[in-house]
Amino acid sequence: MAIIKLPECKVNQLKEICKSFNHDSGELINVLHKAQEVFGYLPAEVQEIVAKELNVSVAHVYGVVSFYSFFTMTPKGRFPISICMGTACYVRGAEKVLDEFRRELGVKVGESTPDGRYSLACLRCVGACGLAPVVMVGEKVYGRVAPEDVKGILAEYSNL
Amino acid sequence: MTQIKMHLLVCGGTGCRSSHSEGVSQALNESLTNHGLDAEAKVVTTGCFGFCEKGPIVKVIPDNTFYVQVTPDDAEEIVKEHVLKGRKVQRLLYLDPEREKTVSDDRHMTFYKKQIRIALRNCGFIDPENIDEYIARDGYMALAKCLSEYTPQQVIDIIKKSGLRGRGGGGFPTGLKWEITARVQADQKYVICNADEGDPGAFMDRSILEGDPHSVIEAMAINGYCTGASRGLVYIRAEYPLAIKRLQIAIEQARTYGLLGENIFGTGFHFDIQLRYGAGAFVCGEETALIHSMEGKRGEPTFKPPFPSEHGYMGKPSNVNNVETYANIPVIILKGPAWFASIGTEKSKGTKVFALAGKVNNVGLIEVPMGITLREVIFEIGGGIKAGKEFKAVQTGGPSGGCLTARHLDTPIDYDNLLAAGSMMGSGGMIVMDQDDCMVSIAKFYLEFTVEESCGKCSPCRIGNKRLHEILEKICKGEGTMEDLEKLKNLSQVIKDTSLCGLGQTSPNPVLSTLENFWDEYVEHVVDKKCRAGVCKSLMKYTIDAEACVGCTACARACPVNAISGERKQPHTINPSICIKCGACMEKCKFNAVLLQ
Repeated sequence: MAIIKLPECKVNQLKEICKSFNHDSGELINVLHKAQEVFGYLPAEVQEIVAKELNVSVAHVYGVVSFYSFFTMTPKGRFPISICMGTACYVRGAEKVLDEFRRELGVKVGESTPDGRYSLACLRCVGACGLAPVVMVGEKVYGRVAPEDVKGILAEYSNL
Repeated sequence: MTQIKMHLLVCGGTGCRSSHSEGVSQALNESLTNHGLDAEAKVVTTGCFGFCEKGPIVKVIPDNTFYVQVTPDDAEEIVKEHVLKGRKVQRLLYLDPEREKTVSDDRHMTFYKKQIRIALRNCGFIDPENIDEYIARDGYMALAKCLSEYTPQQVIDIIKKSGLRGRGGGGFPTGLKWEITARVQADQKYVICNADEGDPGAFMDRSILEGDPHSVIEAMAINGYCTGASRGLVYIRAEYPLAIKRLQIAIEQARTYGLLGENIFGTGFHFDIQLRYGAGAFVCGEETALIHSMEGKRGEPTFKPPFPSEHGYMGKPSNVNNVETYANIPVIILKGPAWFASIGTEKSKGTKVFALAGKVNNVGLIEVPMGITLREVIFEIGGGIKAGKEFKAVQTGGPSGGCLTARHLDTPIDYDNLLAAGSMMGSGGMIVMDQDDCMVSIAKFYLEFTVEESCGKCSPCRIGNKRLHEILEKICKGEGTMEDLEKLKNLSQVIKDTSLCGLGQTSPNPVLSTLENFWDEYVEHVVDKKCRAGVCKSLMKYTIDAEACVGCTACARACPVNAISGERKQPHTINPSICIKCGACMEKCKFNAVLLQ
């Protein structure tokens, strides 16, 4: 795997975060949340710094990062697309919507398009079951999405 | 002091915000200002009203007018007609589909008639970001009463007498849990609130935290007083940004008012609350896994005993309760245990909040007395099945629960009846399914979830569920045998018997309950290679009816893999060996000549 050079200012920011939690290893999950806010994802290099700062092994950090679905080790697209696969959305046809996104974008779930514009993910329940099936692009929620709507949703972002 | 004569309550729950309720609030405010009515009417953003199907919702107090599906463009009309002239905007009222009449007062809507709102008492009524509104509704009275009038044991006795059981799924008697934690001697104890609602399709905890965060804070403080804990922790999903924000605001306000912190009400009782964030792991709903996660570790469960009541967070006694359980506490203290126990069934007291979703007309958040039947919930409150289709099953309890059928419709809902029927209460997800849902696929869907969410610590759950999923996949592809069905049964039983924690012990329930209630459908998949709901693609075949086909070539042009051939104006045919069963031809055909069998 290629080594990523992290920008120095962000590394310092990360160290500050660890300091603000008193380098307490019990705060690992909170530190990782903040780190993901800063970097957008948690590559190996970030995990190494966190491990050093909190005085735990890199394996321990990796174990936690890989355990929780909220943490990601690959960068998300500029417009992250999430399809809700909660039960309510599933029975109202979320899978067909997901298939359509896969076909339109030519990527699998968890991948980004080569130009880094879109990434595709599934999530479990946004809590807007009245609008099922639900799709999120970034923070924006689209309700009652049918496979026919997919092209239109993507078109909103194609020139941004 | 100005007298506000009218309040416009706008739902600020996640469901309604997703359909742009914030724009509605803004437009209402602007319109009020333009008409110079700011001093007379006030817009309040509240928590969830529950009737998510018809969101965004605006309710006008004091006349209780209930407007549905309001858009920002409607704001001007509401202000001009209703606020200014006192005339209800008829077109925005809820239309009762049965009587084809509009209903203006929510108390007369079938959706609300059978509901009793205890845990949701303030949701959709107060501004969750304003502590004064909570206090005006007797907020923190229960805490004051406990601290000044009762000993900790007396409070525990009240909770025990009320018959309240844990609303997170297990149904353990709450008072007893508190008593156990109270009896353990330790220098430090913790009160923990489990707000890691991982069940897909359940959103009651989030709605309570978004709509009435103070009720949870107050109950946690009462719990701290009873058990002798001075610190409270809320373990909340990071995926719930709005709930986190409102909880943070509420905690800050409670501190400012001296309702959290040192020497509360001058009684020498100290209690404060901190937040801990989850990071997306269903297993963290399990107490021991949750505690490990709060300690910054992988959320893996450990064997019980020792129970968290004795050995919990940081090795100290910890009392873990769920959000909805806490939300019931202040009311029980104020209204008394006898009142609470008068609602519900013999062994399940009070109410339960359900997230009613799926193929039902009225999707939303409901709170009903224990003992109500599924029929009342689905056909009265839920308004029946969407598009007039036929009811097939209702899934309760999420990935740990099971599917119930028409023959369970008249069973009174409580912890024990649901267990006996092969499902469980769970956290309160209730997903309704109709004739178009394939039950084998539903079982497969849940297993896919469990496989993804299994922490991997014990092998029955890690490997067993994976095998269950593979067998179900095989059946959906039309490659299953009758022997596979036996294997499903046996393996499910083994996983239930030998898994370490609640996740594995319940994960085969969707399989077992569908095998039990929909055996015919499994046999059809295996023997006849048919999926009656038309969901399992591998078991379906697209064909063209030669008589109906006019040879317009629309299907052939739509086919992404060139599986359709035929001359212009001649009947076309589909080559099944190339067809990927995407259904594009069927969508394009204007003559209904493409058939699915």
